[in-house]
Amino acid sequence: MALDFAVEVFQNEYLPEGAADVDAIVTVTATGPPAEVVSTDAAEVVIVDTSASMAYPPSKLAAAKQAAVAAVDVLRDGVSFAVVAGTDTARVVYPRARKLAVSDPRSRAAAKQAVRMLRADGGTAMGRWLALADDLLAGFEGGPRHAILVTDGENQHESPRRLTKVLDEVAGRFTCDCRGVGTDWQVAELRRIAEAMLGTVDIVADPDGLAEDFRSMAATAMGKALADVSLRLWTPEGARVVSVKQVAPGLRDLTGRRVESGPRTGDYPTGAWGGAESRDYHLRVRVRPAGLRDRMLASRVSLVGPSGDVLGQGRVMAVWTEDSALSTRISVEVAHYTGQAELAEAIQDGLEARKAGDVGRATARLGRAVRLAHESGNTDTAKLLAKVVQVQDPGTGTVKLRPQVADEDEMTLDSRSTVTKRVGRG
Amino acid sequence: MESCPGCSSPVAAQDRFCEACGRNLRVQRTSVGGPGSQWPPMCACGGEEFDADGFCEQCGRARPSARDRVEFVLPGVAGVSDRGKRRRRNEDSMAFGRVRGRGVAVVVCDGVASSERAEQASQTAVDTAADVLLTGLQAGMDAESSTTDSVVAANEAVGRLARPEAAEVAPSCTFVSAVVTDDSATVGWVGDSRAYLVAEAGAARLTTDDTWAAQLVAEGVLTEEEALTDRRAHVLSRWLGADSGVEAPQTVTFKVETPGLLVLCSDGLWNYVPEPEDLLAVLPRGVPPVEVARELVDVALKAGGHDNITVVVVQLRGGHGA
Repeated sequence: MALDFAVEVFQNEYLPEGAADVDAIVTVTATGPPAEVVSTDAAEVVIVDTSASMAYPPSKLAAAKQAAVAAVDVLRDGVSFAVVAGTDTARVVYPRARKLAVSDPRSRAAAKQAVRMLRADGGTAMGRWLALADDLLAGFEGGPRHAILVTDGENQHESPRRLTKVLDEVAGRFTCDCRGVGTDWQVAELRRIAEAMLGTVDIVADPDGLAEDFRSMAATAMGKALADVSLRLWTPEGARVVSVKQVAPGLRDLTGRRVESGPRTGDYPTGAWGGAESRDYHLRVRVRPAGLRDRMLASRVSLVGPSGDVLGQGRVMAVWTEDSALSTRISVEVAHYTGQAELAEAIQDGLEARKAGDVGRATARLGRAVRLAHESGNTDTAKLLAKVVQVQDPGTGTVKLRPQVADEDEMTLDSRSTVTKRVGRG
Repeated sequence: MESCPGCSSPVAAQDRFCEACGRNLRVQRTSVGGPGSQWPPMCACGGEEFDADGFCEQCGRARPSARDRVEFVLPGVAGVSDRGKRRRRNEDSMAFGRVRGRGVAVVVCDGVASSERAEQASQTAVDTAADVLLTGLQAGMDAESSTTDSVVAANEAVGRLARPEAAEVAPSCTFVSAVVTDDSATVGWVGDSRAYLVAEAGAARLTTDDTWAAQLVAEGVLTEEEALTDRRAHVLSRWLGADSGVEAPQTVTFKVETPGLLVLCSDGLWNYVPEPEDLLAVLPRGVPPVEVARELVDVALKAGGHDNITVVVVQLRGGHGA
């Protein structure tokens, strides 16, 4: 558990007279010797969609089973785990009882055997799957709690309201990475679940790739050394936190996740941390402007552990000046991530317009995305964009929609739109 | 009947000490230790708690440093010291006083930014030197020799602030002083703080900077113009501090025959108005010394305020002033 945390703040603290919005990028870096973070204090639930649609083509279920087996294989001895099969209801495939098993060679072999017996039949109700995972993980204390959810379809057998209710209940109690197999699932739906559960979303278009992906997700989850870490923001009287967003390695809006924790102080969940991890957060605080040349602590940023211990601290400052050379200077970090957020929005907007047949808007938005990806050096996203539009000039964002686009390419671009490029800091 | 400025007890015009509190009635001076010694106990918002770095726990504003903007006013002499727009701290200090029937003594010191605790250096220097100059005025000592004594004492006091293991960043400052009586004035300096004489007839600079550039101009290596843009323009050749080796200031004494103003300042002002004519052009007329000082500080702030700015203005009576 010996993680060291560093909190750094990047901003231009100078504001023109009367300005109220203070932007800052807060970089949190955890370091710890790898040997120290190999811990058995972790719990993992593997959720496999076994709805009827998984039966066709048959390779889908076979791949999902193979992936679940791979995930079970990487569990370290001593880790608590369970495998859940999801349809319009949810059941524990392993162990037989409604509780977590402890991983050892025997329990892993038994779990893999149970997975191989799975058959596809029934509907899809992801809220129920998550509720069962929560139930299983609830009894586990002390370490990272993680789930992997793999599905191929839409959440058809429960209402969106029901899913929202479940997400509200279980958010913050464990993290969940979501994977879509094939092209019949909804990116926005899984993104919503992943965001609420502080996890990632991605497409596994080729079921053969699933096993490797599962293995790496489970391994990453097992590498976490400290769970339930929060970003605690103190703001002065009369100030308001406008937004708190994780901006790297991916975009994740935490603004609505505030839990009051003291006078003028609120906590935002960041999930679990591993031994060599660095994340960036974009903070926007609206303060009551002070006088010229006044210096104000706009926010005290603390990283707090599960027992409330402060792991690191940084300061977001504001200084009002009549010197426009100072106040108009742009923070490279803030500008970069503002651009990455706009890039994600342009992609999602553009794809939606394309689906709706609005060629003009789709071309404009995806063109904008191409330009932003080009300017920020986000080559991964630029490559994905090039499969959906024909790029004539990346510098100006001049593009043409491609008439034929594979669903897989479109969904890959959509799922990965929130993966950001980190700012180069020399 | 007058009253004691310390305790308000009634005192007679000829009294040298207050019978009630023992205050020396012949000497009026600015507070020793400077404004920094008196923290406001409360934030402007009414908050009383500050975190370890001095930020108000209620409104987040930095606890105002009393040094950021300082104004001192005595009859016939006033000074303003301002942090400027670019510096985190005000490392300039000023102190002055008047001895009834004798005259006025002024000291301005500018902390060397590359040294540590520069504001402590400048405050220690002005306090020490002002003591020596005011004692000299009371005793009727020769102004030039008490100016030298004040520099020696200030240099020693600042030197004692140094940490032996960090000699290269020993707290340091510049120095400019004036001892002004009804009919004469003595100016002493070490470093690049300056004194100007401004009278009806015109203006003159009384000091020559102790900088490498000024030295090169004197030796004919650089022209005045070249020196202004030379990177050594502000590199001091003399200063006060543990590593200074200074034994005496440069001094100049002149007769005061007509009314006028003596302006002592740090480079935060003269960077923007280097020539006497520049200063004369922005100098307000017909206002008391404190207004003159405020106006000159404003000139520097409006021009950019890149450095701390300190201006002390002394009214010269010209031998027969009221």
